[in-house]
Amino acid sequence: MIQSKEKKDRDTTFTKPLFRSPFYDFFAAQETEGQWYNWNGYKSPTILSDEELEYFSIRSTCSVFDITPLNKYRIVGPQAEDFLNKLTVRDVTKQNVATVKYTLWCDQEGFVIDDGTLFRISDNDFRLCSQEKHLPWLIDASHGFDVEIIDETKHICGISLQGPTAASILRLLGVNGIDNLKPFHLFQTKISNAPIMISRTGFTGDLGYEIFMKNNVANKIIERVWKAGSNHGLTAIGYNALNMARIEAGFIVANIDFISSDHAIRPNRCRRPDDLGLGWLVDLNKGFFNGKKAILNSKLEDSSAFKIYALEIDGKEPVEGSIIYYNKKDEVGTVTSAIWSPMTKKSIALAQLKLGSSKSNMENLWVEIYSLKELQYYKLMKKVSIVKPPFINLARRSACPPANY
Amino acid sequence: MEKNFDVIVIGSGHNGLVNACYLQKAGLNVLVLEKNDWIGGAAVSRELHPGILYSNCSYVCSLFRPEIMRDLELPKHGLQIVAIEGGTVFTRDGDYLASYRNYQAKKRELERFSVKDSESYSRYSRDILKQCRFIQPLLMRTAPDPASFKFRDLSEMLYLLRKVNDLTASELADTIRFWTMSISDFLDEYFENEVIKASLAVSGIIGTALGPMSPGTAYVLLHHYMGEVDGSIGAWGYARGGMGAISKALTSSFRAMGGTLLNNSEVEKVDIRGARVRGVILKNGDEYLARNVVSNADVKRTFLKLTDPEHLPPNFIKKVNNFKIRGSSGKVNIALDSMPKFPGVSDNNPCLKGDIHFTDSIERMERAYDDWKMGTWSRDPFLDMMIPTLTDPTMAPPGKHFMSCFVQYCPPKVGGKNWTKENKDAFGETVIQQIADYSPGFKDKILHMEVRTPKELEEEVGLTEGNIFQGELTFDQLLFNRPIPGYAQYRSPIKGLYMCGSSTHPGGGVMGAPGRNAAVEILKDLNLPDSDIRDAYEVL
Repeated sequence: MIQSKEKKDRDTTFTKPLFRSPFYDFFAAQETEGQWYNWNGYKSPTILSDEELEYFSIRSTCSVFDITPLNKYRIVGPQAEDFLNKLTVRDVTKQNVATVKYTLWCDQEGFVIDDGTLFRISDNDFRLCSQEKHLPWLIDASHGFDVEIIDETKHICGISLQGPTAASILRLLGVNGIDNLKPFHLFQTKISNAPIMISRTGFTGDLGYEIFMKNNVANKIIERVWKAGSNHGLTAIGYNALNMARIEAGFIVANIDFISSDHAIRPNRCRRPDDLGLGWLVDLNKGFFNGKKAILNSKLEDSSAFKIYALEIDGKEPVEGSIIYYNKKDEVGTVTSAIWSPMTKKSIALAQLKLGSSKSNMENLWVEIYSLKELQYYKLMKKVSIVKPPFINLARRSACPPANY
Repeated sequence: MEKNFDVIVIGSGHNGLVNACYLQKAGLNVLVLEKNDWIGGAAVSRELHPGILYSNCSYVCSLFRPEIMRDLELPKHGLQIVAIEGGTVFTRDGDYLASYRNYQAKKRELERFSVKDSESYSRYSRDILKQCRFIQPLLMRTAPDPASFKFRDLSEMLYLLRKVNDLTASELADTIRFWTMSISDFLDEYFENEVIKASLAVSGIIGTALGPMSPGTAYVLLHHYMGEVDGSIGAWGYARGGMGAISKALTSSFRAMGGTLLNNSEVEKVDIRGARVRGVILKNGDEYLARNVVSNADVKRTFLKLTDPEHLPPNFIKKVNNFKIRGSSGKVNIALDSMPKFPGVSDNNPCLKGDIHFTDSIERMERAYDDWKMGTWSRDPFLDMMIPTLTDPTMAPPGKHFMSCFVQYCPPKVGGKNWTKENKDAFGETVIQQIADYSPGFKDKILHMEVRTPKELEEEVGLTEGNIFQGELTFDQLLFNRPIPGYAQYRSPIKGLYMCGSSTHPGGGVMGAPGRNAAVEILKDLNLPDSDIRDAYEVL
């Protein structure tokens, strides 16, 4: 006879399949007309109260967004730098301690697996944050390196403070050094004796900071931050507001704007860094890194691949999911992300287009929009212009020291 | 009673009925002959205990093609497939690994056993999906004869080659590896945890006289998964009213179209005159005439028993003789007075509503296979157990239950000798004891039990050696080699004699594709249009 184990928490697996971040109770309390979604296994808000007001807090005051569900991998050991240099496309030896770099990593065919941010905490201590999960890949790729890979996702939580008054709120919290913290830099400090890591990073194209901490101080920190923000328009936001800001900033998201090669079922869905407009990240002068040979070879080919472009569209209709045509008749691709941009007062979009190298193909592009008006669709053809991202460029994003409001 | 028909179908298994329906629908006058009192072959539900309906053989609907259900209007004739909510493997340390329909719950449960494996599961699913995308469209097409220069064979070969050509070099390598490697090796490429591997290996061995470490078992897994990844909701699940509901709906559809079905009519011989079919002769001496006879029986039964050897080429007979159709499984069906208790699992846990297993390592499965090789049933067998009455209210009164236990491994003969009653009882007891080890008081809940060894499956259902797939699904017996090279297009050496059972491409499982594909070929030979037979839906 087999003796059964205690049931204990095994039932939560199916009764509450989504994890709750340590900040869940705080965000749930801010909800008036909430909508929630599954972000990487966590129950996360899409909207808490009002999508647009949440967005305007990013651009006008300050927003707080729960980034706990991001995958956070700690990579430590004497060969951490060597390993990451093999894994990712940038030259990690050139990354200084206390900085953050946006980077990406490829499979052996040079197709992008994911993008993410690499935090160099000390010489031999890194944190890699990404949208998708990569533990098996990191472990497999680290074979032979003296490194330890720790999935910190469930132990480290984080919030993102984004918006013009973010620095002022942190000053109120007594965070020394905020004035000198440049974009893509980080430091370790304390709020109310609770240790945190703070970096001047974010996904909004605005002034902003990300704060990481251990789960056990989450309540204390969010309470303090919320209080400090009371006169600075601090607003709790969900994903929809953040998404508007990130499209304006021209940032792409794996498995929304491109399919990660780890997920692609159809081989023609895989993309190389150049196709994502991220060729500038790839350091072909460094030694071997995963996908290097394939990326070099692909540069010799006449590229006919889909590439990501930033688009501005005539008119005011958002174009999410629309098909783009050349000369109003030949399909050349699909819009992956789009909004009516409140900052630029334009309809903007990111799209995957197959245009080839000829300059003339970049003109005479049109988007087909099905505009729903009282249960009837109106089919519109609107002119599309290719522009250079980002759609907005805010001086306050990189001002050092940031202004005090 | 009318004696003249256009087509006679031998056997009312699901493929025979699918075939008969399509031919009747095309305007032919079709007769189906069933040896048993009941209809449905191995897709059958009989009330063996008052008020409790069994799924006597097949027990889950995983592969039945939605195109066929639609063509034959089976929903109109009462067929309803309902989704399965979960599944579980009990482990010897008193824990269990559940699987849930909810993807997040499923991943979270895997995380309890290994965080890395939980993440690897996405990559594993993706790779399986890739393979299914390649192979699944082949199910509903007649396999080309690679040695033929007929236009359609060449064009089908071209279709195959194009599909191969669409693969990247590494995908092609993966495909070939997939078709030849063992499920154990395949899973090792993704997973580290023994329980997780055991739970996934199951699909690689069900119905197959191979162990999880035998080459070729990875493909068997694919064969089982194809229904699941179909993407059309409701393709995978319980047939409401038991598996017999499928045969019932097919029968109803067939009769509504004007077809004739006779039970208690065992065919003794296919009547062959001058190298072509004339009809069939029954055991009771009755004769029925038709210029076309389709056999739903397996290839051995069809050509070694129902057909006189004088009409067949010696090479053909030899190949039929050597066709691998080894029996490897048994079935124990149980009527229960109340729901068995599994103390570690909460009452509201949906994981009991699906497949329940007690084999928590691949090693144990392989050792169970060792027993089979030695000519006996496994002492520690692998059970694929289901309690459909937790989902389906039509099979038993409230509170009472029907439990289906598919048992592997179980040999067609015990130590080279025929099964005895003592053997059969001991086999049943082995199964019951395994369940009772995890479920206290289980034995007291048993109202009635039906034990079926390969002997019963052969005698009652007509499956040679009790092989549930009418021939193993190894690569040497697939596609244009199924059942026999040169005869993979449902025809036989005898004019007018066809095959439509699971012995033919694409093989076993309650899929209906062999019956459908055979109908396409027969209509072609008769110069009749097959416009009522829908092409396969696009995959994904």
